[in-house]
Amino acid sequence: MLKTLLALCLSACALSALAAPDPALVRQLADADSSQKVAAIQKLAQTADPATPRILKAMAEDGLYLAGDKVLIMEGDKAFDAASGTPVKAPENAEAVMVNNRIRGELANALAALSLFDADPAVRLAAAQKLQNDASAELAPVLARALSQEKDDKVKALLQLAHAQANLRNPDPAARVAAIKALAGSSSPVIKSALLPLMNKANEADENVRLAAGAAVKEIDARLSRAEMVGQVFSGLSLGSILLLGALGLAITYGVMGVINMAHGELLMVGAYSAYAVQSFFRAHFPGAVDWYLLAAVPVGFFSAALVGVIMERTVIRWLYGRTLETLLATWGLSLVLIQAARVAFGAQNVEVANPSWMSGGIELLPNLILPWNRIIIIAFALFVLALVWVLMNKTRLGMFVRAVTQNRQMASCVGVPTSRIDTLAFALGAGIAGLGGVALSQISNVGPDMGQGYIVDSFMVVVLGGVGQLAGAVWAALGLGVVTKLLEGWAGAVIAKIAVLVFIIIFIQKRPQGLFALKGRFVE
Amino acid sequence: MHTPITLRLLSSLDRKSSITLAFFLLATLVVIPALHIFVPAESSLSVSTYAITLIGKIMCYAIVAVAMDLIWGYGGILSLGHGIFFALGGYAFGMYLMRQIGQDGSYHSNLPDFMVFLDWKQLPWYWSGSDSLVWVAALVILLPAVVAFIFGFFAFRSRIKGVYFSIITQALTYAAMLLFFRNETGFGGNNGFTDFKRIMGYSITSSETRLVLFGLTALMLAATFVFAKWLVGSKYGRVLTAIRDAESRVMFIGYNPLWFKLFIWTVSAVLCGIAGALYVPQVGIINPSEMSVANSIEIAIWVAVGGRGTLIGPIIGAFVVNLAKSWFTVSFPEYWLFFLGLLFIIVTLLLPHGLVGLWKKLMNKQGAA
Repeated sequence: MLKTLLALCLSACALSALAAPDPALVRQLADADSSQKVAAIQKLAQTADPATPRILKAMAEDGLYLAGDKVLIMEGDKAFDAASGTPVKAPENAEAVMVNNRIRGELANALAALSLFDADPAVRLAAAQKLQNDASAELAPVLARALSQEKDDKVKALLQLAHAQANLRNPDPAARVAAIKALAGSSSPVIKSALLPLMNKANEADENVRLAAGAAVKEIDARLSRAEMVGQVFSGLSLGSILLLGALGLAITYGVMGVINMAHGELLMVGAYSAYAVQSFFRAHFPGAVDWYLLAAVPVGFFSAALVGVIMERTVIRWLYGRTLETLLATWGLSLVLIQAARVAFGAQNVEVANPSWMSGGIELLPNLILPWNRIIIIAFALFVLALVWVLMNKTRLGMFVRAVTQNRQMASCVGVPTSRIDTLAFALGAGIAGLGGVALSQISNVGPDMGQGYIVDSFMVVVLGGVGQLAGAVWAALGLGVVTKLLEGWAGAVIAKIAVLVFIIIFIQKRPQGLFALKGRFVE
Repeated sequence: MHTPITLRLLSSLDRKSSITLAFFLLATLVVIPALHIFVPAESSLSVSTYAITLIGKIMCYAIVAVAMDLIWGYGGILSLGHGIFFALGGYAFGMYLMRQIGQDGSYHSNLPDFMVFLDWKQLPWYWSGSDSLVWVAALVILLPAVVAFIFGFFAFRSRIKGVYFSIITQALTYAAMLLFFRNETGFGGNNGFTDFKRIMGYSITSSETRLVLFGLTALMLAATFVFAKWLVGSKYGRVLTAIRDAESRVMFIGYNPLWFKLFIWTVSAVLCGIAGALYVPQVGIINPSEMSVANSIEIAIWVAVGGRGTLIGPIIGAFVVNLAKSWFTVSFPEYWLFFLGLLFIIVTLLLPHGLVGLWKKLMNKQGAA
């Protein structure tokens, strides 16, 4: 910004000797009447005289004075004649020119219009962006001139929009129609709201203009709703990737041991609190590297959740082998204990886990469609974990053992697979993946003792829908559920969406009791 | 015709059960009301209003526990969503209680307060007839029955069982809870129904009304117990237990498990609905949190603590866990969840047959020694 000001000042100073704005207009700037001042500002902006920015800037900064009949610019204790730019002796009786809010707005617009002629493309881009939202009709000639000189494509596109917007109030109906047609290509809600009044007879007398405006609004609307759709699908994908991280672990443990772990949501919580703990540790000991705490939180989250999982498996779950319904109750008990433990250790309130700075912001695809970085990274992270699990399950010895136990425990045991060790390892793996899910979740939602409860039903639904012990099933079910939920949410609200999805799953189970991707085999039960 | 059925039901009781039942009815119908009315409050024998409400509430829970035991202990079906049937019964009866408030609400309107608040002009269609006790009593039975029958039919027909069934019932109840949380559903949103004034014209807070409700609950619990005892001893009950232990084998012998399971499932839901209807006037509130996931799982732990597969066990379990809960939440609120969680773990790990099983084991040891 400073650079911009400096450049502006320099260019103004350098040129001030060569050209001079109309002295009468300059005098009008100091008129007692605000409307006169506004008119003068607009006229000065239109002439785009190189000396003008300096005058208007001075005016905006309360540095414009009136001494007798002369308008002066005061910079510190030096005075310049505003019209000619020549230094003069500071008079005693100079009075500051009053600038109210309306004039300030006018000045800002005029200055922005003038900086469209700046040498620096970045300055021009900023100025064009500024004019997007409020280009008044008077600026149209300036914008046209700037447009004719503009070389940079990005600035040019913005200028075209601004010019069209300024032309909306052009007295010539043909020009208005042309402007509307130019604006129809935009996808900004602001432009849509600028066009809306033109569809009304009260604001617009010309029939053709009204029709053109109607068509343009329709076109913009279509584009806006498409963008909204894309946005919903995207947030559905990010919800789906969280569900996937939750469900992957569940699918593995259920596949291997036939055990549904009701404390699985609490393993997510363990992961999220590990992210919080790592963040606090970094803040206390490495304040410089606090942005990178998340990278350290990933392994910490994995191993702490895995450790909790191993303890759960060794102390409770393995003693209930074959009694699946009781396991359900016992693991529910474990989840209660974990929730209360989190409350005692971290307090009942939610804790704050900050996004690192490299995860904030997003990619702006369209004015109403921004893909936030944190969600993009979470999707990528989920894909990464999925790839890792796939390799682990399909390319390693451990994965082979896990698959063997899933298919036929007794037979696996007969050929020498250490089933009880595989149980523990598989449980640790599932828990660790849930912990990773928790770390990811800490970036987009609240971290509190009850956070796991909200995801447990959803994660189960993924497992039920996807089928048991099937990675592919879990993937499709998680992404599908995520996207469908978000689309329904946009259409009917969050609660109805949730109910609709649950009802859908209950009906789905009627047709495919074993899930989307059932293991094939010939057995009863 | 009336007497033989009652006699047949009662004849299913053995001597020990009959004595227990007699003692229970004597205590709840005579002793406790007498202590409440005639003994002055400062006496150590006096039974306070709080105690009446607490025991009444726990007896409702005990009915639910027996209902749960019928499907879990005898049918081998673990429902994690029985809260929905309890709440449906409660809401159905709550509609009647809301209508009984009449114009005594904060807005002095014929409509319940929350509807005035939502700016509704008339009762939704499903509220019609809710001022009639007979219709509402029918609803209390029919609503859970219909929901359970439809859901159970589809679930059992596609042979969903085990943990799958448990998870689906949990999802069903969760969905219902979300639905009842919405104001637009017409059941008071997250506040539910409360501030009841009277029942059948009698003040709901008066001591007599409380005692009548208390007595009715005790009778219902006793009736549930006798009915359940008769049911599980009948031929039907034997087939049901066989399905629990070896469903495929029963199927190959030629029974269709669908109808056996569906019947016990529906009966269990109706019992829960009745318990809910008795619960609401005594506790004075019904809201969607009754359908929360945690509440429904707690029902299972009452049964597990007492001992499933026995009928007295769930009743004992409901009393033990809920008395512990009311003591803990007052004295050590922060340890209640630890206690409950450990209870879940310890009972499933160490006491698979619950307190009744423990008692039997101790008796056997003594007999052997």
